[in-house]
Order: sequence, then structure tokens, then C-alpha cells
Amino acid sequence: MISLKNIFWQAPGADFNLHDISLTIPDNTYAVLMGSTGCGKTSLLEIICGLRQPNQGQILLDDRDVSILEPRERCIGYVPQDLCLFPGRRVKAQLSFASQMRGLRQEALILQLAENLHISHLLDRLPEQLSGGEKQRVALARALAAQPRVLLLDEPLSALDESTREDAMNLLRTLQSKHALTVLHVTHSSSEADALGQLRLRLDQGKIVQI
Amino acid sequence: MRTFWLCLAVITAAYLLFWLLLLGATAAYSPPEVWLQTVMKPEIRYATALSLLTCTAAAAIALLFAVPIGYFMARCQFRGKALLDAALDIPIVLPPMVVGICLLIFFQTSIGRSIEQVISFTYTIAGVVLAQFVVAAAFAIRTMRGTFDHLSSRPEEIALTLGATRFQSFWHIALPTARRGMLAAFCIAWARSLGEFGPILVFAGATRMRTEVLPTTVWLELSVGNLDSAVTVSLAMILIAIIVLVAVRATGEKV
Repeated sequence: MISLKNIFWQAPGADFNLHDISLTIPDNTYAVLMGSTGCGKTSLLEIICGLRQPNQGQILLDDRDVSILEPRERCIGYVPQDLCLFPGRRVKAQLSFASQMRGLRQEALILQLAENLHISHLLDRLPEQLSGGEKQRVALARALAAQPRVLLLDEPLSALDESTREDAMNLLRTLQSKHALTVLHVTHSSSEADALGQLRLRLDQGKIVQI
Repeated sequence: MRTFWLCLAVITAAYLLFWLLLLGATAAYSPPEVWLQTVMKPEIRYATALSLLTCTAAAAIALLFAVPIGYFMARCQFRGKALLDAALDIPIVLPPMVVGICLLIFFQTSIGRSIEQVISFTYTIAGVVLAQFVVAAAFAIRTMRGTFDHLSSRPEEIALTLGATRFQSFWHIALPTARRGMLAAFCIAWARSLGEFGPILVFAGATRMRTEVLPTTVWLELSVGNLDSAVTVSLAMILIAIIVLVAVRATGEKV
């Protein structure tokens, strides 16, 4: 379960704030967050995973306060909108990055993830040799390879065409139930929210409302 | 409109022609036999070897400082950053002789004398490396800062969410991505070191077969009226500078 308590954040140099954000996403729930462009959805995700520090408020993971923990200590996976695959690293190296950082060898897990996400044939490719949909699956597999309890997805399907998007939505649904993940998925698409969201939220003028 | 661009093109061509005339005149001054005689002189060969050695050492040490400082300046936001940024440029704007005087005076202080008890710098080869490093490091820092400024910090941030520490994210993500910039910084530092004269003359001296590097050779040969040798050594330095320029351009960086 992930809970946010009275999160307040002022964007440095920008004209938007997050005011007193409180929400709870129960375990194994697929939550979808919507909101207009520039309203602070990405900032909220980055506050949750620890890349930004809120001005005040708490982030609780299974009732444990993780607000002051480093991002690596939070066990929260993050797939950013720009995917941010590591330049110059082959797909296999991208997937094994998390285990490499922890000094572990998890070859079986990586091969299993690659198979589940249908990227086994891409393991030797560089990021620039991948299509948009392939990059998106690699970024997802890379995040899952860290075995997070919570997964934050920032508009992960925005670059995909209609038919690929349908497949990707099925994949996300399957992965969420298979890995027992709590997911917070940011999107602009009502159809994505309808298809995936067990909990639907909207960020409006710096505040969260449940739809 | 066309006249305007034509005027600018003529100014550019005139400037470039001036430089080509300078280099051409230098190259045509003495015949190739004199070049050969000059490079066979033991003192010239010693100065060339010492230049190559000290420039490489100074550039490597400069890079060791430039990478962390450049990364720090590019990624960290703090009060007084503009002031620190300006301070890092001081060696670039200081007159070279002043750098030499500063080094000489520093090693007369109690801290300097304590350091000299461990490793001697004044009028030694170590002093040549230090004099070259002081100026070259500033250029290497500027290059590395520019490199990290142009690289997005996003992959490094994502690495943090995948279990990396700040150091791991720097080591595994930022450094491999910045390797071309590092090569450029090394080349620039190397080229600056090769041309350094003032600080070396003041701090390390111009002793033949001891602390003599190529710029010192040019000066020594000129001072005894041996223009042929001075020209030959200058041509060798021009050739090395062109090689470095091509190498830096090949990395995609600018000097």
C-alpha cells in the first residue's frame, strides 16, 4: 500500500504547486492518474520515487515512512515518459543494471522478464536500434528487473499506435497481477483509464480528486 | 544582402590567409636537411621526449581533477556557484608569468617547503609538470563542465530508482556517456601543456638536458641566434598542435 499524506510542493521557477495532496492506493491496485498538461503529474511521480523532495508531507510504503529515504531504498520502480534508456548500453545490460548495482547475478529473472515482455530477440541491441514500442517494453522490463513493490508509469503508452497500445495495455494488466504490483499510471487517455484503472484519480489545480 | 555576406567572407578569408602566410613562411624558412640536423641534436631530442612525457602526465592529472569538478559544477545547484565558476577560470585569465611567480612564491612558504621535503618541485621535472598542470587543468575543467552540461541528467536519475547510489550512477551512466568529452578535455589539456612557457621558465627554469621542454628550446635557440633550430622546433610544435586539433574535432568537441 502506498499513502501520501499532506504533500505540498512548489515548483522552482514554475507557476504550479501541489497543495496538500493525500491519497492511498491499496496493495495490488492499478491506479490511474489523469490531469491537464503541466498540472504536476510527473512531479508527483518523481516525489513518490524520491527524485524530488516535497516541501512538506509524508510518503508511506506499507505504513513505513520513506520520505527521507534515497530513491534506491524505496523499492519503487519508475518508467518515465521519455523512457530514458541508458545510452550505449545493450538491452541485456539495461535489464541487468539493477542487479549489477546490488552486486547480484539474476540471469534467470532477466531472461524470464525478456520473454514475458517479448523482447528476448532484442537483448543484443542498442537503444537507437529499437522502435518506440520496443523501447517502452525495455524500459518496463528494466524497472521490473529491480523487483519493485510499487510501479510508477508516466504516460507509458503515449507514443504507441492504436493496435500496439491495445497489446501494451493487456501486457500491463498481466504484469500487474503476475508481479502483485501496486501501480500508479499517469495518462491523458480516458480509454486507457477505463481499461486499466481500478482506482481513477484526477490532479486538478494542485489537488487530487477521485473520479 | 549578398554584398554583406561577401564582405564577411572576405574578412574571414583575409584572416585565414594571414595565418597560412605565417605558417608557410615558417615552413619555408629552412631546408629539410636543417630540420633533420636539428632533430638529431641530443638536447632537442631530450626536450621533445620531456615535453611528450610531462604533457601527458599534466593532462592526465588535469583530467583527474576536471571530471569530478566538471560534474559537480554541471549537476549541483548551490549558493555562490557563479562565484566559484569565475574562480575556476582564474588560471585562464592570469598572465602566464604570474602563474610561475605564484608557484615560486608558494614553494617558499612553510606549507610549500613541507611539500618540497616529500617531493621537490622548484627547478625540477616535477615542477615542469606542476606548471603545465596549473593552467591545463582550468581548460580541462571548462571542457568537462560543458560536456556534462550538454548531457541530460535524466538517465542518471533513473539509475537511482534502479538501486544505484549517486557514485554508481556517476560511474556507470555519466562517465561512459562523457567519454568523448573526456578525450577532448585530455587533448586540450595536453595541447595547452605543450605550449606552456612562462610558468615553466619562472618555476622550473630552462636548464639544458634537465628541465628543457620544446617552448624553452625555441627561446634558448633564439637567444643564442640559432634561428634554424628555433624554426624547426616551432614547426614540430605546429604539427603536434594540428594533430591535437584534428583529434579534438573528431570527438565532436570544440577547443
